[in-house]
Amino acid sequence: MTPIILFYIFAIILLLSAIMVVSVRNSVHAALFLILAFCNAAGLFMLAGAEFLAVLLVAIYAGAVMVLFMFIVMTMQTELVQLKEGVQRYMPVGCVIAFILIIEFILIAIHWKVDPKIINQFSNSPLQHISNTKALGNILYTHYVLLFQICGLILLVAMIGAIVLTLHKNPNNRRQNIAKQHRREPNQSLEVHDVPLNKSIKDIGGFIRPKETYYGVTQEDSFGPKPGDKSDITEKRQQREQIK
Amino acid sequence: MTSSLFITAVISPLAGFLCAGLLGRIIGDSFAKFISILGMTLSMVCACIVTWQFFANHMDSEVVHFMEWINAGNVHINWNLKLDSLSVAMLTMVVSISLLIHIYSIGYMFHDTMPTYRFFAYLSLFTFSMIALITSNNLVQLFFGWEGVGLCSYLLIGYWYTRPAAITAAIKAFVINRIADLFFLVGISLLFIVTGSVFYSDIFHKLPDIASIHYYLMGFDFKIYEFIAFLLFIGAMGKSAQLFFHVWLPDAMEGPTPVSALIHAATMVTAGVFLMVRMSPLIELAPYTKIFIVIIGAVTALFAGTVALTQSDIKKSIAYSTCSQLGYMFVAVGVGTYQIAIFHLTTHAFFKALLFLGAGSVIVALHDEQNMFKMGGLFKKLPITCILMWIGCLALGGIFPFAGYWSKDAIFEAVWLNHSTLGYFAWGILLFTAFLTSLYSWRMLFLVFHGKPKKQEIYDYAKEAPFSMSLPMIFLGVASVIGGILLFPYYIGSQQNIFWGNSLINETDNLHMAIVHHTPLLIAKMPLILGILGIILAYLCYSVNPKIPSFLANSLSGLYRFLLNAWYFDKFYNVIFVRPYAALSQALWKIGEKEIIQEIPVILANFTNRSAKGISWVQNGSFALYAFTMAIGLVVIIAAFLIYQ
Amino acid sequence: MNIFDTVGVASYIIVSGILFTIGLFGVFANRKNLIVILMSIELMLLSANLNLIAFSSTFGNLTGQIMVMFSLTVAAAETAIGLAIIMVFYRNRRSVEVQDTMVMKG
Repeated sequence: MTPIILFYIFAIILLLSAIMVVSVRNSVHAALFLILAFCNAAGLFMLAGAEFLAVLLVAIYAGAVMVLFMFIVMTMQTELVQLKEGVQRYMPVGCVIAFILIIEFILIAIHWKVDPKIINQFSNSPLQHISNTKALGNILYTHYVLLFQICGLILLVAMIGAIVLTLHKNPNNRRQNIAKQHRREPNQSLEVHDVPLNKSIKDIGGFIRPKETYYGVTQEDSFGPKPGDKSDITEKRQQREQIK
Repeated sequence: MTSSLFITAVISPLAGFLCAGLLGRIIGDSFAKFISILGMTLSMVCACIVTWQFFANHMDSEVVHFMEWINAGNVHINWNLKLDSLSVAMLTMVVSISLLIHIYSIGYMFHDTMPTYRFFAYLSLFTFSMIALITSNNLVQLFFGWEGVGLCSYLLIGYWYTRPAAITAAIKAFVINRIADLFFLVGISLLFIVTGSVFYSDIFHKLPDIASIHYYLMGFDFKIYEFIAFLLFIGAMGKSAQLFFHVWLPDAMEGPTPVSALIHAATMVTAGVFLMVRMSPLIELAPYTKIFIVIIGAVTALFAGTVALTQSDIKKSIAYSTCSQLGYMFVAVGVGTYQIAIFHLTTHAFFKALLFLGAGSVIVALHDEQNMFKMGGLFKKLPITCILMWIGCLALGGIFPFAGYWSKDAIFEAVWLNHSTLGYFAWGILLFTAFLTSLYSWRMLFLVFHGKPKKQEIYDYAKEAPFSMSLPMIFLGVASVIGGILLFPYYIGSQQNIFWGNSLINETDNLHMAIVHHTPLLIAKMPLILGILGIILAYLCYSVNPKIPSFLANSLSGLYRFLLNAWYFDKFYNVIFVRPYAALSQALWKIGEKEIIQEIPVILANFTNRSAKGISWVQNGSFALYAFTMAIGLVVIIAAFLIYQ
Repeated sequence: MNIFDTVGVASYIIVSGILFTIGLFGVFANRKNLIVILMSIELMLLSANLNLIAFSSTFGNLTGQIMVMFSLTVAAAETAIGLAIIMVFYRNRRSVEVQDTMVMKG
């Protein structure tokens, strides 16, 4: 009796939270409802005897994927997280379609049957005497090694793809350019000033920095070139010497 | 040994063509010339050795296997070469004249501004095609060579492709030859249908079997032989420029003069005669076609002879003369004396090539002046050319003992001995033509080489042609002098049966060849007498009193214009063929092409455009709509699954 | 004790069918943001997994569960890539609204 009650609890919560996922306005809330849905789905898995997959679902989805979702949602600006009102204009038609689809699925669920020719092939699995995890491992590493490896490759490709897509060069970021560092000569970056008494470096014009130091952008409180300043350190030095 | 030499003789011009034509730009002009002349020399040497071996050893005709050519369905055609007296005799003649003309072309084309490797390549290709025609042992291979020489003729007439006249002349020659070739092709097909083969030996073997096939045409009952022979003869008429198909030959003189000498005098135009001779067993079975051949040949001879009298262009005059002589050959074919036809073909090749080369030499000396009325008195400036031209004209006029005498005389005797109304009719026409021949030949000689110079500035700059041009002419001159008397015993004289072997067939009741030298003395000497009369008349008209021709032209202006316009054949064809065809083309272009064919794509494009605009609202870029559409599709599929489960 | 002796596999299939429909509805019916669409896709994948597990347990054949593992892997990859695309989209257009995604229009 208990499993039946559990099944209905899990199923109803699953469906309700799924409805919430697609209907709430705040996407943080949607993500949280999705976690709930996954947890209940894991419960259904467990009831069906797939303990390992239930744990996997919680670990991967509720643990990893949902964190990713939350991370992305949080990264975006707050006013966009609060979403617009309303639905698509063909919503009534969409509701009808969805309703028909549900009816059809229920019809399929009631009327399905297995072809008697192939039903014998099913009952050959040693599910009874060993644990679910062990049986899965046996089959996975015996018959599906190649697919397993390919899955690894798919994940690798997905990882590389995600990195390539999101890698983004910000001109304000400071990066190390080793070649440029090696090319640099002392007189391009080092300047020695005689600072008289009671004078600050500011009073004699400040340090002159190479123009590419900040990629043309002056930071607050720095002595570097102002925005739009194109001249190089050597030119400035020459100008200064001419003034002397 | 003999067969491999024979094959070498056939393919070395092809090799010369490929080297000179494909690599001419790379290896340079002079080397390309050298290669093509080398190929011709090799071919010539091989051909001479083959000829010598063939006749010295009294070899039978044999088939030399070269390679497989067509293998489709019932048609199996190997590239085999026929080695018999006829092909060997023709081969030697063609190759030697071709070699001489290759050498001549070095000098003739020297001042040409374009690179001349193309010219030499075409000449070699022509020689190869001609040899392929001659040495074939089946009609399809002969047709290949036939079309090959037609193509080369087209290319070489239009060699100076910057001249509009040359282009139109080339197209004219090509089109008229294609029209005649259509009949020829139908004839070949008919032969294949009734005999199941295109090989000479098979065809001739099966000829008696098809005697029962009759065709009915316009109430008359003809044997199948008549039809086939008639169709083949029309093909030969096109190639050999007989009456009604002759109009391309005078225009073909737009090409360089060596081309005129090689293709339009010595070799290609005689291919029609060769075809008739080759098919002699079939022709012998077609008496009505033979009558037709005699009539066409005789009328062509007369026609071309009269027209040649009025031409002012030196090359056109000689071209009409060629046309006339081809008529003689066909008359010889028509009365069943194929040996004489080939004999006249060979001697004619020598002296007509010589005349053309001489004319070319004059043209070069006078810097492209071709009008005879502007020449005159060139004897002092061009002595060698003058003497050789005299020899050529003596041979052409049939004066004893030059080459033309022997062959022409034999034709007259054969026609006389036909002993029929037709024979006497043809004899009379040919006799008058012989008189005309002498008249226009010496008219040319007197106008060009004797009398006073008409245009002093042209005369002053004239000088004798270079050695490379006079050497071939000297060779041809020698051949024109002694060729007749030398070849006479073998071709039609005492040794003819041994010489020809079984390569030619005369019907058993055709006794002309046996009795050919038994005509009455006066009849036999008539052509010679009339030839000499013609010379005398030409001397009177063009040397003693030059006013006579212009007086005649004025008093008989209708006849004169009739002859000058070549019996109005061009104008006639223009009215009945060219203009209706042009009008039809115009109509098809304006209505068929512009309004129907070009409109269809436009309509289709408009339809596509409009329907695409109508349907493109589906692709509005909103993937919510796409997903919605997918959902509808899913619903439909599941519904279908549920219904048809 | 097997759950299918009492509840029956049909209940599982009905639950997964409704879940799938909700996911599909979420994909096409919201005008809010792309992240929710990704979440809806996760729901649809989950319903498929649920189906696989139900049948796998019914017939006592573990291959279905193996397939669920693979589909989980692929779903994770898909989520990562999808989120990356949304990130780039947001960076370029400062918006994740579905109605803004009309750039596919030809």
